[in-house]
Amino acid sequence: MVGVLVVLSLALLSIYFRESGDGPLHDGQGVGATALRPFEVGAERVARPFRDLYGWFDGLLSAKSENEKLRKQLAEARADAIENQTAAQENAELREQLLYQDLPGLEDFRSVNTRVLTYPSQQFERTVVIAAGSTAGIRPQAPVLARGTLVGVVTGVTARTAKVTLLTDESSAVSAYDVNSGATGLVQSAEGGSLSLERVPKAKDVHPDDVIATAGSREGPLPSLFPRGIPIGVVTSAANTDTEPFKQIQLAASVDFSNLYAVTVLVR
Amino acid sequence: MTIDALKAAGLLFVAAMLQVSIVGSVHIAGGTPDLVLVTLVAISLLRGAIVGALAGFFVGLLLDTAYLGRIGETSFLLTIAGYWIGRYGETTGRDRSHAPLLSVGVITILYAAGALALHIVLGDPVDARLVMLDSLVPGALLNLLLTVPVYAVVRRILGRPEWSPEVRLLG
Repeated sequence: MVGVLVVLSLALLSIYFRESGDGPLHDGQGVGATALRPFEVGAERVARPFRDLYGWFDGLLSAKSENEKLRKQLAEARADAIENQTAAQENAELREQLLYQDLPGLEDFRSVNTRVLTYPSQQFERTVVIAAGSTAGIRPQAPVLARGTLVGVVTGVTARTAKVTLLTDESSAVSAYDVNSGATGLVQSAEGGSLSLERVPKAKDVHPDDVIATAGSREGPLPSLFPRGIPIGVVTSAANTDTEPFKQIQLAASVDFSNLYAVTVLVR
Repeated sequence: MTIDALKAAGLLFVAAMLQVSIVGSVHIAGGTPDLVLVTLVAISLLRGAIVGALAGFFVGLLLDTAYLGRIGETSFLLTIAGYWIGRYGETTGRDRSHAPLLSVGVITILYAAGALALHIVLGDPVDARLVMLDSLVPGALLNLLLTVPVYAVVRRILGRPEWSPEVRLLG
């Protein structure tokens, strides 16, 4: 009996691996996931008040130091906003005069806002399942945002749910650039569930607090999946070492990947 | 027997839904408790190897479906876990008060090692240090904290262990 179950598990695993995305096991999984969705939504609703309470206490502990930091950032942001507004107006006028053909921007996408249904263990896969699927227009490889920040990409879709692989997953990689210096690289997961910007030449100027955003490149046969300019995080440290061929850049993500409650999927 | 199976299925279903929706998002000191594993251990200890293996197989399928993961992956690991703990419960662990805690501690470590090995075989990029060092100890401690209340609830719902006559003779 046990041998049969073990062999059956391995057989299912093998078939699932080999079959295409619309094979019978994938279809069955989609039906199963749709059937489980009401239970997951129900459990999430029951847990919400407790989670909010925990978040409130957690936020209270860090609020004082964060408040001071945010006040400083606000003053800087106000000054930047005035400069940016002028530059944006000028930019828009020049684009119009030049009939400039640009990459698809955020305005070319439609937003699907949905809740996060499941939280797998952080040990192996850093993925979440969300409560919207192909019926809402979500397709594989769609970018996923939380509070305006890129958090991952859709890697599996059923009719009513979708699987999102987070940026902190070992298999994730996103072409990105430093908004301040223009240096481009690849955002990948780093130790402890953080992020790093890889493959940036040592000669490039990258400094702590620089903002990193999606590069949105259209070069080559495989253009970037993400529109240009979606924020990813800020640089926490940047250093050159003698042993590494590229700059060592650590990032702090702008969102807490372990506490995603709601996300926005960009669909076209 | 049928009522027992339904009760065990209900317990595992509730545990799986709580795990995917709530417990999986709890990260304390780098570890995440595994309510499904602890519930499976409790059921296996109380109902033996065959029930443990069947329960592991079906709750594994349920988790693979809910997570949109690879069908069969979790089933494979939990079938073996359920069977092994069930055998322990039928033999050496019978009527031992420390059996639930010992089983959860050991199976948490073996399950992590087994899952790591399986992911490596399947070609997934995994961080062995994270799995076997950073998150294993806090995860095992959290599971041990869950063991006493979960075992008590499962035992209250399923009742005392029922052993087959041949096992009773050997014991």
